This record gives sequence, C-alpha cells and structure tokens, in this order.
Amino acid sequence: MASKKIHAIYTDDDLLLQAVKQTREANYHISEVFTPFPVHGLDHAVGLAPTRIAITSFIYGLIGLSVAVLMMNYMMIQDWPQNIGGKPSFTYYQNMPAFIPIMFELTVFFAAHLMVVTFYMRSKIWPFKKAENPDVRTTDDHFLVEIDVENHDVEKLTKFLYDTGASEISLIENEQDH
Amino acid sequence: MSSHYEAPIREPLVLGEKSYHDISVDVGAPVLGKANKSWWIVFTIALVAFLWGLGCIIYTVSTGIGVWGLNKTIGWAWDITNFVWWVGIGHAGTLISAVLLLFRQKWRMAVNRSAEAMTIFAVVQAGLFPIIHMGRPWLAYWVLPIPNQFGSLWVNFNSPLLWDVFAISTYLSVSLVFWWTGLLPDFAMIRDRTTSPFQKKMYGILSFGWSGRVKDWQRFEEVSLVLAGLATPLVLSVHTIVSFDFATSVVPGWHSTIFPPYFVAGAIFSGFAMVQTLLIIMRKVSNLEAYITVLHIEYMNKVILLTGGIVTVAYLTEYFIGWYSGVPYENYTYLSFGAATGPYWWAFWALIICNLIVPLSLWVKSLRRNIMWTFFVALIINIGMWFERFDIIVVDLSKDRLTSSWTMFQPTFVDIGTFMGTIGFFFVLFLLYARTFPVIAQAEVKTILKSSGESFKRLRAQHGDDHSHLQTVEEYPADAGPSANVEGKHFDSAFDETNEDVENNDINFEANRGKIDNLLSSVGTFDPALQKQDNLKKINGVGPVMEQKLHQLGIFTFEQVSRMTDREYDLLDEIISDFPGRAKRDDWAGQALMLKNNN
Repeated sequence: MASKKIHAIYTDDDLLLQAVKQTREANYHISEVFTPFPVHGLDHAVGLAPTRIAITSFIYGLIGLSVAVLMMNYMMIQDWPQNIGGKPSFTYYQNMPAFIPIMFELTVFFAAHLMVVTFYMRSKIWPFKKAENPDVRTTDDHFLVEIDVENHDVEKLTKFLYDTGASEISLIENEQDH
Repeated sequence: MSSHYEAPIREPLVLGEKSYHDISVDVGAPVLGKANKSWWIVFTIALVAFLWGLGCIIYTVSTGIGVWGLNKTIGWAWDITNFVWWVGIGHAGTLISAVLLLFRQKWRMAVNRSAEAMTIFAVVQAGLFPIIHMGRPWLAYWVLPIPNQFGSLWVNFNSPLLWDVFAISTYLSVSLVFWWTGLLPDFAMIRDRTTSPFQKKMYGILSFGWSGRVKDWQRFEEVSLVLAGLATPLVLSVHTIVSFDFATSVVPGWHSTIFPPYFVAGAIFSGFAMVQTLLIIMRKVSNLEAYITVLHIEYMNKVILLTGGIVTVAYLTEYFIGWYSGVPYENYTYLSFGAATGPYWWAFWALIICNLIVPLSLWVKSLRRNIMWTFFVALIINIGMWFERFDIIVVDLSKDRLTSSWTMFQPTFVDIGTFMGTIGFFFVLFLLYARTFPVIAQAEVKTILKSSGESFKRLRAQHGDDHSHLQTVEEYPADAGPSANVEGKHFDSAFDETNEDVENNDINFEANRGKIDNLLSSVGTFDPALQKQDNLKKINGVGPVMEQKLHQLGIFTFEQVSRMTDREYDLLDEIISDFPGRAKRDDWAGQALMLKNNN
C-alpha cells in the first residue's frame, strides 16, 4: 500500500527546529529530516536515540590492542626469542617498553578504521550508493521535513505546516523504494 | 543558533552579508568553474619539478644510493631531513582538524579542509623517503610482519624505524578517512549543484550517496568527535616515534629525552607555517577572503608564536643540559664548534635566525595581522625548520666520538633534485585538490554562520541576543503551489491571492511607461528570436511572483539582470513596490553574473 507523505521545506534552521518541536507536540509523525548541515539539537528534537558508535570504537580499540600484544608476543618472545642488541626477550613485559609504540598505533588504527566502516555500514553510505535526498536544495540551504500523513486530514496537516513557517509543502503520493 | 549568547568581544569569522546559499556558491565556485591561466602556469611548473624529481628517484634506485652525497660517517642527510620535514608539515593539518575540534575552536572550520589536505599530501611526500633511501627498496615489503617461506622470519619490533612504518601508515590512513568523511556532505553539495552530467556522476560516487538525514548527521558528528579524540594522541605519537629514530640512539646530540615533545612542537610550528603559506595564496586565488579572514591568520600566527616559543625553550634546554651533563661529547656537540662555530656554523645560525628571531616579530599585533609579513615569516620558518632537522641529523653525525671518522657532507644534484621533486609533487596534488575539492568545509561553516557571521553579529548588537534572525523570504507558492497536487484550497491567508493567479498582480504600465523604458534602455531588451530565456528563479530572492513581474517588464535573462546597478534597482523598486530594497540587498546583479558565467 502506498503511504502518503508530506514534504515540508523550511529555509532556516531555527525555524526548522521550532517547527519540528511543534509537529511532535501535535502528535504528527516525522519520518525523516534532511538538512544541509548538522543542526545542533535536531536529533534531540526529533526524538532520536543517541548513537552508540563511540562504544563500538572503544571495543575495536581493545581488539587492536590485543592484536598488537598477541602478535609481538608470538613473534618476539615465542617464535624467535633472539638477542637483538641485548634487549631482554625472555618475557613480554621485560621488553615491553619497546613494544608500546606499536601497541598504541594498532589500538588507534583499529578503533578509527573499524568505527568509520561501522558508520558507513550503519548509515548505508558507500561509493556508487545513490543519494536519497528528495530535493537537491537540501544539501545547499533548504531543510526538508518528511511527515507521515497516516490517517490525518491532509488539509489540516497542510495548514498546520504552513503555520509553522514552511515555505513549500507538497504531498507525496507514492512510496519511493529506498 | 541565532538567538544565543555570543560574547560581543569576538570578531566575526565570516565576513559580509553571507547566507547559507552564498556559502555553497562561494565554496562551489572553484570546482564548478574553469581553471584560469595562472593556475595552469603554476601547475606546469610543479609538474616539471615533480617529473624531474621522479627522474632523480629512478636514477637513484637503478644506479645506487652512492649517487647521493652520503658517506660512511653520514649515512642520513637530506633523505631523512626531508622525511622529518614533510612529516612535520603534515602535523598542522591534524592539529587544526582534531585538537581544535576538541577545544571547540570555531575558527578552524574555514581552514581545516585545506590543512588536512596538506597533511595527506605532505605525508605522501614523507612516505617516499623511507622507501627511496633504502639500498634495496624492492625488498621494502620485508618490513611487514607477513608469514613467509623463510620459516616465517619476522621483523624486529625493537627498532624505531619499524615503529615509523606503523606510525606513518596509521597516520596517513586515519587522516585520510577523517578527511574523507568530512568531505561527504561537501561532495554532496557539489553533486546537487553541478549541471554537468560528468561532475554529477563523479561527485555522486565521491559523496557515497550522502543524503543528510538527521540520523546521519548525528552519527557524523559523533564519528568526527571520536576520530578527533583518536587523531590527537596519534599526532603526538607519530612525531614522537619519528623523534625516536634519533632519541633512542647513542649518538651525542641525538640521545636526548627532550626530543619527543620538542619534535612535536617543531612539527606544529612548521606545519602552521606551511598552512599560512598555502592559505594566504588560496584565499586570494579562490576568492575566499570572506571565510579565511585576517582573524584566522592572526590565530594561526598565535599558534606559531606559542610553538615557536616551545621550540626555543627546547633549544635552550639542550644547551643547558649539554653543559650541565658534564659529558665531554655532549658539551662538545653543543658548545664547541660542533654547531655554533664549526664548519656548519651557517646552518646553525640560519636555524637560530629563522626559528627564534624572525618569529618574535609576531608578538607585534600589527605584524601578526599583516598578511604580507605573515607570508614572509611563514616562508622563513619553513626554511628554518628544514635547517633544524638538517642540523640535528648532519651536524651531530659529522663530528662524533672518534675524531678519525669526522667528515663533512656535500649534497649532490640528486639529493637536491629529489627534494625539489617532492615539493613539485606536493604542489601538483594541492593544485589539483584546489580545483576539484570543496576547499572549505561548507557544512561546518554553515553551522557557525549565525553565531559568528558578520551580519548576524551586527543584528545581535543592534537588537539583542533574543531577536529572531529569521531571514525574511518572499512568501510564494512552491513551483506547483503548497500542496498543489491536493484538491481544494488550504489557505485562507493573503497567500491565496497570489496562488490563484499571479497574472492578477499586474504592473501599472501606463503610470510607469517612462520608468520601464528607462530601465530597459540600460539593461537591454530581450529578443525571443535570438535569445533564450533564463530561469530567473535561480537568483536568490526571486520567486515565481517576482519572476512574473520581471517578465512583464521585459526582463528574461541573467544578462539583463547582471547589468543592473543601484540606479536600476531604484527604478525597479519604484515600478514594483512590493519588496523595496530587496534586489540591492540580495545583489541580484552579482548573482546573475555568476549564473550567466556558469551556463
């Protein structure tokens, strides 16, 4: 079933923020907001849950650290415990000062890269991905709020949106495939 | 946000009456337009230098390292000097994008993109030297701990040169994803603004299909913050590890615990000098003076002053410890003709003058805000910091513990040519970048426009912090009208009159006959047989209503609008009294000129 949506375009971020708050208070459901830049406080106003991407980064960092320790312990202490310049290669901790730079670098490497990959996967962005913003002006200076019509009266909803300061309001009949 | 408190003492970071759209236009202009002659001249010079350097590298690798001026005592000279110099230059980029983000410095917004580009390109140059200074560079892959057929022979993790491999490759790759992630919204802006199908396709791929959803932005900001948090210690660690190449040795003059922070401070010092050099030119060439202002230059000069001060303290500390240690070799390196009065006295004094003396002039406010002087000081610092690395490496090696191995270093044309080649390569990359990438993070600048834009600051000064700064927009129906595709009418406001039939808003031709003729005589008439009508609604401030009126007056093209001056604006206001002063405020002529040239 094709669900109806209304696209309301705003020309100002403060106006958008105010409109989003009013729309939510009026119990209309905002399905998406497209903005040209991060509007601070918008995620809160729309009611999004905080992102957990920083937590994943911490876990990836721990993985990186373990990889570094296991790798160097195996290669330097277990596989070939050589005497290189008199460095003590009897146990890992005895020669640990020399291993710290790489332990650090690998922690950062894993934490940074895997988090970015997670971000790309979760937000579904990658090369050759087709852009999905419904209006090209939303990457320039327009702000678009997409509202589900559901069983609301279109006329009343449109009037309501007009009163919130939307400069363009249009009804989208057919559901686009994403 | 418009109605927030911002201390009036802060100077604006975006000059002029900029709107969000103006930022897109200004940032997009170099990408959407064509390269001018001076760009091609500079690009050709850089390309020639790069190709010459490439020839030198091929000659070195195919003939042997002996073509350089190195000898048995001095095994590192220009190669590692240039390596450390380039890595150091790269550090300012991450400092600007990461450290200043953690400190919430708004002024970084206009400079971070180019500073990060500089980081990437400088680290690429630096990365060449560890490979080409090898005797057998085709075995360079042996530095990686890959399982192999030699019973799995591993690398030695005790060596700072191996730490370098990990540090530089981590630094380059993390800087790259940090930079690229920040570029996505800006590539998307170019993608959505360009009219060329090729550019649309390319920027569509480059922007990864960025759509700017609120959830994407939420993650984007978190990712930027975490990457900044990771990049900050990374920057400190990378140059620390580079300094370990020297500090962990037993060479007098190298073996010093002050090197890690001192090298990092030097890296930021030289990196900011390079950012100044590049941005002072770029703001002029790319018409970005409204975004990269004198204030930005002053702030960067203050960072240069701070890090230059740290470097100075480090020099003095080394001298003090050289004397205080009581070690004759140390004492000799620093105080006797090891440096200041020895055969390399000129290199030593070049360092002191360039890094200690000249930057002191930046304490004077008028000099620190003087663009020409800043450019000069930045160049001097770049030279001075090259000498710092040269002095540390060559002077300390040339007179070591055994007098029997004392010697001098003389570079050959291959040493010099390779260095010139990397400078050429750097500029080739940077010039290509400046023509194809949005050089200012426009999405970020838009977030500070209302707090730090000149016009908004003025509004706040006039009307107070709580005044609404909503831009008045011409209220007109969308192309098809508000919910035009819905049957029936939805508005009872005055809005509806225009919605019904725009043609009703007729201009009183009889009363204005003289004025209209006057207006058309200066902007020119439109001949439908020869000319094509332009979409005047592309001009910011012109809506369908206004377009209709302009059409009725006989104005159909950007060409005509671009000829308007104050006199014509006044005439227009007299004829159409709905939006007085609007055309002048929005600079219709200037906008039309841009649109005309883009077609």
